[in-house]
Amino acid sequence: MALISVKVVERPRRTFAMQIYLVEVWKGLAITFRHLFVNLYRHLLRRPNASVTIQYPEDPAVLGRRARTRHRLLKRDDGAPRCTACLLCETICPAKCIRITAENAPDVRVEKRAKTFSIDLGMCVYCGYCVEACPVDAIHMDADDVATSRYSRKDMIWNMAELMGDKPKLPSSSTAD
Amino acid sequence: MTRYDLLWIVVKVGAAILLFGMNIAGLLGWVERKQSAVLQDRIGANRADIFGITLLGLFHPIADALKMLTKEDFEAKSVIKPLHAIAPMIAMGAGLFCLAALPYGGTVQFMGHAWSLQPIECPVGVPLVLAALALGVHGIVMAGYASGSNYGLLGALRGAAQMIASEVCLASSLAGVLFLYGTLDFQQAVLWQGAHVWGIVVQPLAFILFLTAGAALTKRTPFDLPEGESEIVGYHVEYSGMKFGMFLITDFMESIVICGVITALFLGGWLIPGLDLAALGQSATPYVPLVAAALMLASFTFKVLALLFLLMQIRWTLPRFRFDQLLDLGWKNLLPLSLLNFLATVWGIYLWR
Repeated sequence: MALISVKVVERPRRTFAMQIYLVEVWKGLAITFRHLFVNLYRHLLRRPNASVTIQYPEDPAVLGRRARTRHRLLKRDDGAPRCTACLLCETICPAKCIRITAENAPDVRVEKRAKTFSIDLGMCVYCGYCVEACPVDAIHMDADDVATSRYSRKDMIWNMAELMGDKPKLPSSSTAD
Repeated sequence: MTRYDLLWIVVKVGAAILLFGMNIAGLLGWVERKQSAVLQDRIGANRADIFGITLLGLFHPIADALKMLTKEDFEAKSVIKPLHAIAPMIAMGAGLFCLAALPYGGTVQFMGHAWSLQPIECPVGVPLVLAALALGVHGIVMAGYASGSNYGLLGALRGAAQMIASEVCLASSLAGVLFLYGTLDFQQAVLWQGAHVWGIVVQPLAFILFLTAGAALTKRTPFDLPEGESEIVGYHVEYSGMKFGMFLITDFMESIVICGVITALFLGGWLIPGLDLAALGQSATPYVPLVAAALMLASFTFKVLALLFLLMQIRWTLPRFRFDQLLDLGWKNLLPLSLLNFLATVWGIYLWR
């Protein structure tokens, strides 16, 4: 048998001083004035704590350690791509932005490998399903690269060499396959 | 009145609008960004540059103006074209006209001629400014009506209701001060304050009431219901390009006018405490009147800028009022208080004499 106890929470009462509002306005102004003058003083002394702004193109973007950023294809120890072209990532991708064509691998242990592997970052929704689906841990979303914008839709497509880091993605390289 | 007097008035009006009004309005665009940024621990706009010189983002107002001027002036199919075009001009014209009636300085003797530094010397300057400020609401209602859009119309209705609620208190809170000064002329009011004491000392309640009603009149943030720029779009929803820019400048212009009126009636206008500028302006010593004129202009401008700084701080401190709260504030609090203030002033003067 449980005893039901009721905790009565008092509604905060408005005092007369609050009702006329002027005192409250003055309190608010005191806070904002304090921030203004303290920050101005810090700006004058060129202190770094004068503002919390990150000036992005000059200062690097600060990303969380678990942030999902651009995809990265991983290699095995011998330098061959880990991808076995099982097409699980292509299948699960909700944005249908992954295109893989498979071919027979010279290594008999993996049977297949990707002939081409491209991700259209213009369509990617950064859900991370491809990373979850991959059975051989070939794809990660930890390139820490958020500056992926390009001037054309075609340039948003990254091919295998670029995803593996073998070839830098130039601002307008049109080598999508 | 000679031809040269007329020319001098034209020069003064032009200077009041172009040098005083427009420059401060442009500067306010910068102050608005920077002050809000610094008090919110941010940096604020600092990217616009001329040859790599950013100057703390001071070029952003220029960039804004260029953007406004070169943007497409889009008109929806439903707008009533002549009204749509004339509405921002009425709103801004009303604000600009008020600038010309403010007392920027007293009278100075130079080259054997008395030069007044008030552009429009009118014995009924105060009601003139109040009337012109009230005219601004026509621009807003016209803009909302001519937009052919329900959002615009609703914003205009909110604007009209708010304008009346604040305008009544605006006039009635001045009644006590004007009764005390015994004049409706800005220049005489300033001279009275020079001879006796600043208005804010004898009428502190009227100062607060006028400041509040004035803030409501300028349609800026604690009272920005007609615009509601962040979510509910107001009367200028169908405006773009420079026509929208004119509404934007109107807000700043009205702030400047309100601060100018407060300066003239409560903060001693162009007076500097401890310095008899009126006598210096009449001095026979060469160039002393010129210095006095510069000091008058500087004093008035400084007081207006300080008030604008305070209004800007209030704008970035307080959250927006709900509409019923605003109307309650205007009709049930400000108006009775200002009338009580008037009665108290009248009784005080009667008993004092």
